[in-house]
Amino acid sequence: MAQDEFTGGNERFPATRWSVIAAVRSEDTVERKRALDILCETYWKPVYKYVRLRWNRSAPDAQDLTQGFFAEMLERELLNRFDAGKGRLRTYLRLCVDSFVMNEEKAARRQKRGGEIQHLALDFAGAEEEFLSGTIDAAAIASPESLEEFFEKEWVRSLFSLAVEDLRTICAERQRDRAFQLFETYDLEGDDKISYEKLAQQYRIAVSEVTNALAWARREFRRIALERLREVCGSDDEFRRESKAVFGRDAE
Amino acid sequence: MRYLSDKALTRLRNAAELPELSGTRYRLIGQVGRGGMGVVYAAEDQRLQRRVALKVLDVPSSDDELANRLMREARVQARLEHPGIVPVHDAGILADGRVFYAMKFVEGQRLDQHIESLASTPDRLRIFLRICDAVAFAHARGVLHRDLKPGNVMVGSFGEVVVMDWGLAKILTDALGTDPGRSDAATTAGPTNCESGSLIPANFIPATMISVTTADGKVMGTPGYMSPEQARGEIDLLDVRSDIFSLGALLRYLLSEKLPARSSTRLDRPLEAICAKACAPARAARYSAVQELTEDVARYLNGLAVGAHRESIFENLTRLYRRYRFFVLLIAAYLLMRVLLIVAFKH
Repeated sequence: MAQDEFTGGNERFPATRWSVIAAVRSEDTVERKRALDILCETYWKPVYKYVRLRWNRSAPDAQDLTQGFFAEMLERELLNRFDAGKGRLRTYLRLCVDSFVMNEEKAARRQKRGGEIQHLALDFAGAEEEFLSGTIDAAAIASPESLEEFFEKEWVRSLFSLAVEDLRTICAERQRDRAFQLFETYDLEGDDKISYEKLAQQYRIAVSEVTNALAWARREFRRIALERLREVCGSDDEFRRESKAVFGRDAE
Repeated sequence: MRYLSDKALTRLRNAAELPELSGTRYRLIGQVGRGGMGVVYAAEDQRLQRRVALKVLDVPSSDDELANRLMREARVQARLEHPGIVPVHDAGILADGRVFYAMKFVEGQRLDQHIESLASTPDRLRIFLRICDAVAFAHARGVLHRDLKPGNVMVGSFGEVVVMDWGLAKILTDALGTDPGRSDAATTAGPTNCESGSLIPANFIPATMISVTTADGKVMGTPGYMSPEQARGEIDLLDVRSDIFSLGALLRYLLSEKLPARSSTRLDRPLEAICAKACAPARAARYSAVQELTEDVARYLNGLAVGAHRESIFENLTRLYRRYRFFVLLIAAYLLMRVLLIVAFKH
């Protein structure tokens, strides 16, 4: 397989997609709506699961609260108050969720919400299935630190899931389906017994092709995930810290 | 949208964090450490068939402050050719967009890990003197380290002492032997090919500009090892005496940390005075050059009076006794024999 088949890849995503925080404060309603869509896309699942776990709400109630939270974010322009110099966006949003749920009795207001984000078809059934299938011990996640960890993990899961879908689309567009299949089998399905040799036998290709395809797919995945991450960070500094939180791990 | 299991998340994190070394001459061996700016990996230089250490930035960006800092670090380190400073072999940008540099792989331990195997004070002082040699060399080339601490010193398996992590280094003067004309050209002539075939972007700031472009007014360093002026962010006031403060803190650490041979936690007065002078809050009260500090430590090791401490007569006699113990004991034995013989004759 030619080396250049696995290079490039900026057609779909520009080299730098800057923060939605600036866009969400924009006067331009189209720009603001696009930014809110991106935020909702990345955060709705973590928010939904967090409300289910932290606030022990039923699935319909959590759905309503999740929809309501994003509507409130728009209505009250919560992101205008976010200061990237003081903390992370995801921590700020989590605290906003807490505050919002505590004020949930204002049900009448919730009824009136909707507006610009109503078009988001949120797959609550899928999120609920994920929530129930996850091995989450609610009793073990009682402290604020573990709740923060839970929210971070779900946020990373959401970010990575979106990046995987983007990668799938890119692979389909460039007829790199095999690269995605290899990536899916080796990195996503996570069978410990699988090896590059077995993959090569399975797909009847050389081991070097498996190596090259996986290296390309991982590089693209990382690039896409970082681009998505950059969008939902308020500053360079936050982006660096979040990059470390997402990809970093200490030497063993 | 596909649900990713916890296991898949871990695999993705691990796989995506690894540097993309395709197109370079390096083969990844494993991660060896993580610092403030990036991750250090062990890799094999396949062309020269030797092990190297790759320092790779966390974030794929070649035009921001962090990328510039890493590249400056590589350039500063590359120009300080001294046995006590780890040599840099190569630098550039990986296929995944991350800036990296390759340096000698130092097999050994960080000083804070190695310290337990240094059982005696003289052993520790000798290590300290070698650290001072490297720092003095850098100062002679107009470079301040600004982050001297046990974690930034490696002790090799053959006893070699290497000062690492020049990421916060500040250039005081252009004494590195660089050609300013060439540096200017490097910033305007576009990307240049580096040895491994990757590119160094044109907008990297030349090392000689560091004093103006890095950390202006920002507090960078390690609490406990940082001089007061550095902690206050008074970047313009930093000079060799700021590193001397850090060396003093390092000396105190070496002399007080996990020393099995010493029963008392108090230092000898001359050593205490050396540490106190090096770590004086006022810059003017510190040693004015690393050589002065090393001379005092060397004098202590040789049993001589140190400049930082005015001895009492008792201390003077004690030191002379320690230094000339053999002769003192010989004379004492001779005198004792004479006394015994006189007494024996009298009886």
